[in-house]
Amino acid sequence: MGGDSPSAGPLKRTPLFDVESELGGKMVDFGGWELPVQYTSILEEHKAVRERAGLFDVSHMGEITVAGPQALDFLQKLTCNDVSKLQDGRCQYNGLLYPTAGFVDDILIYQNAPSDYLIVVNASNADKDFEWFRECAKDFDVELRNVSDQYAQLALQGPASERILQTLTELDLSAIKYYRFRRGKVDGIDAIVSRTGYTGEDGFEVYVAPQHAGDLFRKILEAGKPFDAIPAGLGARDTLRLEARMALYGNDIDQTTTPLEADLGWIVKLDKGDFFGADVLRREKGEGVRRKLVGFEMIDRGIGRHGYPVVDGTQKIGIVTSGTHSPTLKKAIGLAYVTVEKAEVGSELLIMIRGKETKARVVPTPFYKRAK
Amino acid sequence: MTTPEENRYAKSHEYIHLDGDIGTIGITEYAQKELGDVVFLELPKVGSELDLGDELGSIESVKAVSELFCPVSGEVIEVNEALADKPELVNTDPYGDGWMIKIRCKNVDEVDVLMSAEEYEEYVEKEAGH
Repeated sequence: MGGDSPSAGPLKRTPLFDVESELGGKMVDFGGWELPVQYTSILEEHKAVRERAGLFDVSHMGEITVAGPQALDFLQKLTCNDVSKLQDGRCQYNGLLYPTAGFVDDILIYQNAPSDYLIVVNASNADKDFEWFRECAKDFDVELRNVSDQYAQLALQGPASERILQTLTELDLSAIKYYRFRRGKVDGIDAIVSRTGYTGEDGFEVYVAPQHAGDLFRKILEAGKPFDAIPAGLGARDTLRLEARMALYGNDIDQTTTPLEADLGWIVKLDKGDFFGADVLRREKGEGVRRKLVGFEMIDRGIGRHGYPVVDGTQKIGIVTSGTHSPTLKKAIGLAYVTVEKAEVGSELLIMIRGKETKARVVPTPFYKRAK
Repeated sequence: MTTPEENRYAKSHEYIHLDGDIGTIGITEYAQKELGDVVFLELPKVGSELDLGDELGSIESVKAVSELFCPVSGEVIEVNEALADKPELVNTDPYGDGWMIKIRCKNVDEVDVLMSAEEYEEYVEKEAGH
């Protein structure tokens, strides 16, 4: 039972492990990290984030700093979005690409200054990314540091997030707009606070030193009590991000998929100058991609889950990369790579679910968008 | 964990409650907790003949799908229709309103090889501890 793939070696723990266990977190192996998949129920935690607020531990995410006179040039070369468009105190979603235009990772870049960046990377990719950075840094005057161990990360997500977090900080949170960040004290602790997240809801991500994470986690929950905020696990994080159509590395994107195939054209800036994968992406843009990541909802009963084939007669024409029951829409949704002929909204897809062809339909995404 | 004494338990976490030759089958408290929120079930039709170990159906939770196995042989005489609208009964009351099917057993002795409540609890403890 369960979709958790056990990994080799001892599991790593975040500084919040004890607090989470105490709060009743059901701990599972998540890419080598022992993290709570849920506390009470995925549906309940999902609903809390959509309607009130939920608090996640995302301390397993990696952090890398890139500094030096050529920091901007370096990042421009390694990524497909235009880092020069960033300003101090702003964040950017970006793709770290190989020369093949496949993803090394998808990342968030925080600009402290044009010569000083903090890169937030996926947990399972942190070491690989750092190695890639190091390899590429030989031709650049930059200084790289893997500072993953120096940060714990808490994500408070949901419409009540600002009101909750504001009780703990003198930073004016209303002034921190979407995808911006500030440094300041939260409950007396030095923190980076950004208005970002992975749920499709308003919310904040707070970075602090690991030794303070436990206290802060409890403090935020306490401050959230009047709003019925609850701790939330990775199960809800996955259903929330999928409803918002946010890609999950290892599922929806990886080294074999390009940003254009993943329908992430908005982070591909071909006019910004040369970067790894630019040639491939330029060609793809000209000729069109052969396959595309689309959103689907099930017509027949069933849930098309990660790895299930999409078929047309005896031919395999695609593969499901993510799939779940959407708690907000109360139907089965998912993402799949399919041949472009089948990628149009309204196209019917056949997904093989345990040996049975099961009907689904291509639908527009995101599946869920919050009211502003 | 509450494990009713009067049931017998399979290693694949189904329970059967025998009343004469009629067995009521569902999944255990431990199994529903492992699965998390159940969103729907696929169950056999009334009249289906099942052998011991046959796939009885599947249970889909938010995070995963699992197969259900039949712990005895017999004919399905009733399916819990309430689960179509309220699959969450499997989570809230697995041994009561969350039952799945009733089966007329071909051979009631088959339940003897299944575990007692006490044996099942020990088994689960080992599995959870790995």
